[in-house]
Amino acid sequence: MNAGQLRYGYVFVSGYTLLLLAFGLLPTLYALYLSFTRNGAFVGVDNFARVFADYRFLPAVLHVALYVLFWLVSLIVFVVLLAVIVHGIRVRWLGNAARFLFYVPGAIAGASSVLLWLFVLDPSVSPVSGLLHAMGYESLVNVVAVGNLPVVFTVIAFWAGAGSWIVIMYGALNNIPVEVMEAARIDGAGPVQTAWHIQLPMLKKWISYMGVMSLAAGTQLFVEPKILAQATKNVVPEDYSLNQLAYLYAFRQNDFSGSAAISVVLLVVALGLSAIFIFRGKLFERD
Amino acid sequence: MTDVTTRRRQRPALTPGQWVGRAAVILVLLVFAAFFVLPIIWMVLAPTKTNSQLLLDGPFSFGSFDQLAANWNELFAFGSGIFSTWLGNSAFYSFAALAITLVVSIPAGYALALIEFKGRRLLLVTTLIVMLIPNTALVLPIFLELSAAKLIGNPLAVILPFSFFPFGVYLTYIYFSTAVSRDLLNAARIDGAGELRVFAQVAMPLATPVIALVGFFSFVANWNNYFLPFLVVGGTKIPVQVGLANMLANVPAFNPTTASSIVIQLPTLALATLLSVAPILLIFLFAQRFLVEGMTAGGTKE
Repeated sequence: MNAGQLRYGYVFVSGYTLLLLAFGLLPTLYALYLSFTRNGAFVGVDNFARVFADYRFLPAVLHVALYVLFWLVSLIVFVVLLAVIVHGIRVRWLGNAARFLFYVPGAIAGASSVLLWLFVLDPSVSPVSGLLHAMGYESLVNVVAVGNLPVVFTVIAFWAGAGSWIVIMYGALNNIPVEVMEAARIDGAGPVQTAWHIQLPMLKKWISYMGVMSLAAGTQLFVEPKILAQATKNVVPEDYSLNQLAYLYAFRQNDFSGSAAISVVLLVVALGLSAIFIFRGKLFERD
Repeated sequence: MTDVTTRRRQRPALTPGQWVGRAAVILVLLVFAAFFVLPIIWMVLAPTKTNSQLLLDGPFSFGSFDQLAANWNELFAFGSGIFSTWLGNSAFYSFAALAITLVVSIPAGYALALIEFKGRRLLLVTTLIVMLIPNTALVLPIFLELSAAKLIGNPLAVILPFSFFPFGVYLTYIYFSTAVSRDLLNAARIDGAGELRVFAQVAMPLATPVIALVGFFSFVANWNNYFLPFLVVGGTKIPVQVGLANMLANVPAFNPTTASSIVIQLPTLALATLLSVAPILLIFLFAQRFLVEGMTAGGTKE
């Protein structure tokens, strides 16, 4: 490889590197700077102490933690279960159709999916109003009572996100050699034993990938509670999640330092998870 | 199908336990299929009804095309046609960012895969780390940065952050390092082609699938993004995701205390929700095979 070629290497990555600096590195550094200063003066960990002492902070952490717990458990249990079941379907078109049905809600994300679920969760118009009435709910406000929110957000997130994980797990299951599966069958293993002893261990890496990604994404909870708060006139509190709190600091209290402190905490969690995964895991090893 | 029938012939009759197992599997599949699909079917049907039909008729009944037209007109008359402005904004932001993303990501992924420049490993690892953090994690820091740079309210405040798409670089990198051989490029070099020509005339024609894949993922992520545009643009510059959420303030059914005199009925809001996802839904329906393959390829090629 000669010098001219290497020079073109830099030309080819230059545009992307600029964006990486401008919208990856620089905002991170600037948020760090803001979180340790106030009006330009260094204040040590004051901003963090102030935010942690905020009466809204601990409840927000607990809300997010509870939601993430529900979401991770439901993802791991149901995604693996559905991937194994769909993988076991021997009729080709049926398997394809099932995967597609599970995957298609992924097209509806962000505010649109929350809007759609507002309808689904409102007993007066819901397609499953019978179910909601049977569970004793008479209005949207009953359904989205604060105690129900971790489950509500889990359902919304699972609906939009589980399909793509099912497709990924399905792909991983396809990588298990046919001979291994065949040998298990000859040895008399039923579908449950095969799943438990052969498929599940093979999926371990992908399950941990899904877990780490979803954990990081779950801590970012924002759009769901934000829109539910808007729709229910704050029956769902507007400081339910950490990102909402960071938003309130910046926009309601004009306190950019406090907002930056919360973002830095969330960013450290996300970066930590992602770095552990890259350096400890072997998923992305290729050179 | 033949596979199934031969199997059935070979096997002895199912034991009661196996029957229960099979029934349980079918039940699980049906329940989850209903869970994933019924909300979408409901959303497609709701805009064909009047408000009272929506409340009183069966959830999966069809209203009428006339009523669909009436809801359509009501939606596009709302706020003197603000809904089409929002759709236009979404399209503008998504396509502009898509163009920049492709222009910067494809060469970057190419260079990371095939040229051993200094700092390559650092750039690759940084890309992986940033790719794996949820994109919302950087939204508030980006907002703080843009507000220091006095860019808030400027369309660039949406387009430029949208254009930064490390996952696209990673996909391109994977593609070039597995699907294109260095020998092929070297052969072109020996024939006297310069680096730019090697990239433009040898590598690019091979890269069509990955360009489509990166383009798709970037477009979907940008179109559906709510948090960033919600923070950095306002007024008539908001995209449809943000506008849709703002419409809630005018819906008396969810907001009995609504102060606004302009009222939006539920079927109209359902139509707005449907239209806000229509482009993505159409792409999903028409490109599903390609996408499912692409997604599995991104993950399983190791």
